[in-house]
Amino acid sequence: MPADIRKLVVQVDETRKEQGQAVEPPTRRAVAIAVIANPYAGRYSENLDELIAIGEELGALLGGKAVKALGIEPGQAHSYGKAAIVGEGGELEHAAAILHPKLGAPLRQAVEKGAALVPSAKKRGTLGTAIDVPLGHKDAAFVRSHFDAVEARVSDAPRAGEIVVAVAVTDSGRPLPRIGGLQVSEIEGKDGLR
Amino acid sequence: MIDIRRVFTQVEHIHHEFGPRAAEPLVRGAIAAVLTNPFAGRYEPDILPMMELLDPVGVDMAHRLHAAMDVPLEKIATYGKGAIVGAAGELEHGALWHVPGGYAMRELLGWKGDRAAYKAGTVDEKKTGQPGNALSIVPSTKKVGPPGATLDVPLTNINASYVRGQFDAIEVRVPGAPAADEIVFILAMTTGYRVHDRVGGLRAENISKWDGLR
Repeated sequence: MPADIRKLVVQVDETRKEQGQAVEPPTRRAVAIAVIANPYAGRYSENLDELIAIGEELGALLGGKAVKALGIEPGQAHSYGKAAIVGEGGELEHAAAILHPKLGAPLRQAVEKGAALVPSAKKRGTLGTAIDVPLGHKDAAFVRSHFDAVEARVSDAPRAGEIVVAVAVTDSGRPLPRIGGLQVSEIEGKDGLR
Repeated sequence: MIDIRRVFTQVEHIHHEFGPRAAEPLVRGAIAAVLTNPFAGRYEPDILPMMELLDPVGVDMAHRLHAAMDVPLEKIATYGKGAIVGAAGELEHGALWHVPGGYAMRELLGWKGDRAAYKAGTVDEKKTGQPGNALSIVPSTKKVGPPGATLDVPLTNINASYVRGQFDAIEVRVPGAPAADEIVFILAMTTGYRVHDRVGGLRAENISKWDGLR
């Protein structure tokens, strides 16, 4: 069963200036969000296969939409992250079923490579709940300039029987990073960490 | 005077609202530019010089929004605009957006009116036959608010404000903005009817007066 998608939202946040300093090139963060029906809302199900399959579907759909919104080639993506907000009729494990088993592989295809863990967040929430989607460099989790987060929020979701699923992709790190640590130019990209 | 710090775009596809799945989803988009408020922290009697300088900002935003929505121009059916002024500013600073914001989308959508008259507030659009596109007033809201404040931006048909099935509003919010000395200027457009519209009233295909209302 493909996901019953009620709504898709794509946001791009472009920062050109921070504290009076020009950010060149501007940093850009895209978030693609799907509002879907939770097939397990209101009951306990030991098996969560439907949500695992939906995770795979949304990894491709939302990853592709975020990259397209940035107008970049997949290989130009810098960092990524994922998150889910489960409506009151569901449980946290439903978010886990979407996010963890199968969402990552198609998302990594959408951004080309992606050796690093896809950082994630989840919570239970209601209409208009915001979630901070964590961001990390896709090839080396320790790149300090790319530790960040971007907010995702849909004003009329999740209803009790829904789940909000967000995938974030950037073409940059933070604006004006200057706290040292591993740099993009030093990435080895083998173990996903450095 | 014009110092754009951040640009935020948002596009949503609405497939259903617990009713029948739409053959074509409703597409709603909004773009928000975060600008430094040059008048923050003081009372400035003469703020009009900024209005003129916002013209190209509006035009650029309208084009960016249309590109992000990725729909043919003739599919754009409704529009709206708004402003959120940071805590060190006043509501009147947000009012600077009325002319350049409205003008920008009307220009994009093929308005054929007199720009000078529009700016002067003396435009008369009581004509017969469709004299152009984007005849309706662009509905708006504005407020003074903190970072992350939400604004409900009203939306109505671009040629006849009374098209009932297209009355709508879109919530716009830029996380982290406006700071006290910033203003968020917003434009919004959609492809039209609410996804399950069924409360009657004037339909877009029955617009006949071309006066911006009916």
